[in-house]
Amino acid sequence: MRNELPIIERESPARAAVSFDEKLARYNLDLRAVTVDTLQINVGKLCNQACKHCHVDASPKRTEIMSSETAEQILAAIRRFKIPTLDITGGAPELNASFRRLVSESRAAGTRVIVRHNLTVMFENGQEDLPEFFRGNQVEVVSSLPYFLQQQTDAQRGQGVFDKSIEALRRLNAVGYGIEDGLVLNLVYNPTGAFLPAAQAALETDFKREMKTRYDIFFNNLFTITNMPIKRFLGYLRRSGNEERYMQKLLDAFNPSTVENLMCRNLISVDWTGRLFDCDFNQMLDLSVEGNAPQTIAEFNPEKLNYRRIVTGAHCFGCTAGSGSSCGGAVAE
Amino acid sequence: MHYYNEEDLARFGEIGKARPDLFEKFMAWYQACQEDGALSKREKALIGLAVSVVVQCPYCIDAYTQSSLENGSNIEQMTEAMHLASAIRGGAALIHGIQSHNAHDKISM
Repeated sequence: MRNELPIIERESPARAAVSFDEKLARYNLDLRAVTVDTLQINVGKLCNQACKHCHVDASPKRTEIMSSETAEQILAAIRRFKIPTLDITGGAPELNASFRRLVSESRAAGTRVIVRHNLTVMFENGQEDLPEFFRGNQVEVVSSLPYFLQQQTDAQRGQGVFDKSIEALRRLNAVGYGIEDGLVLNLVYNPTGAFLPAAQAALETDFKREMKTRYDIFFNNLFTITNMPIKRFLGYLRRSGNEERYMQKLLDAFNPSTVENLMCRNLISVDWTGRLFDCDFNQMLDLSVEGNAPQTIAEFNPEKLNYRRIVTGAHCFGCTAGSGSSCGGAVAE
Repeated sequence: MHYYNEEDLARFGEIGKARPDLFEKFMAWYQACQEDGALSKREKALIGLAVSVVVQCPYCIDAYTQSSLENGSNIEQMTEAMHLASAIRGGAALIHGIQSHNAHDKISM
């Protein structure tokens, strides 16, 4: 798949009529971390795809990729602090040379491992055995499939992605993913445009029915995730004249009951250089964890990160709109 | 200059500046109609879209297009709903052709 999208390095951030902190204050809410039960590591921006909504701006042309030294620092932190969950994302994380070592060593340390797997990377050279590798390490696989039809999926993820994704899902099913206990295959729905996701439970029912009847494919859960006004999706909003309206939609849909379950309260995000952030979105906006907290994986210590104040921006309205949004889907009814 | 402005949709509440009691009654009724009931929100959004097209209200078409997408419908389903409503409207016009036939027959040998 060719990358035909521009690399957006420095754009002005999305704007909302009210700041996120002001909105929280109106509801007497104070957004602070609770604990660090998940280390979410972004091992680089290299990807075999270039999706139109990507908040990372990942593509085959990107060269930013985590070194083996940084990967070792992450493993040391996992072993030392017995981190319950490692969540690996990118880019396509499988394209990082340290990927398999990160997975197998974390599993050996007793850590649950989630991989954000884009499905099509399975057809790249040397990646054909990924289903067996995932199974061998009992990895939880989370894969984007914005819709159960080709038109919407290819419109967001690139020409030909849908057919490859279906074939990849069949291969995952063939080794037991989405079928056997303990082999978890979750799908991610992102709206294919400037609108909010439908209710997660209703959409999961649709996806399960359609994936089974149309393609004989099975999976465990569907996560609905709101498109974040960052990088490539923000560029789309601006080019299509939808930015103001989309930001107002997010603001109008602010749901205070989502705040308690926001993912930033329980995770630390690590970038390809080892810097620490409150989430992958803040990472892409270069908004580091607050100044008093450890700033790099080399300094990582959960006790010094608990109760830290979360750094916010207008993009945070994406996680609090409607039923809310996180890497695990909706966070409220 | 055109009569319909996209920004006016967000100003709908201004209608309530005069006779707010009537507008409040309308809004309570309108919002109650959108909720899950014997029909799902998704079904209601599709009905709303279909009706919007046949009454040709640009504000309603905009709102119910978004509402249909945000309740999980896709463009094929939305287009089917619009076709059905349009076909009913077409049929409703054509059945009046019988009146023409009746008139024709009345004055024809």
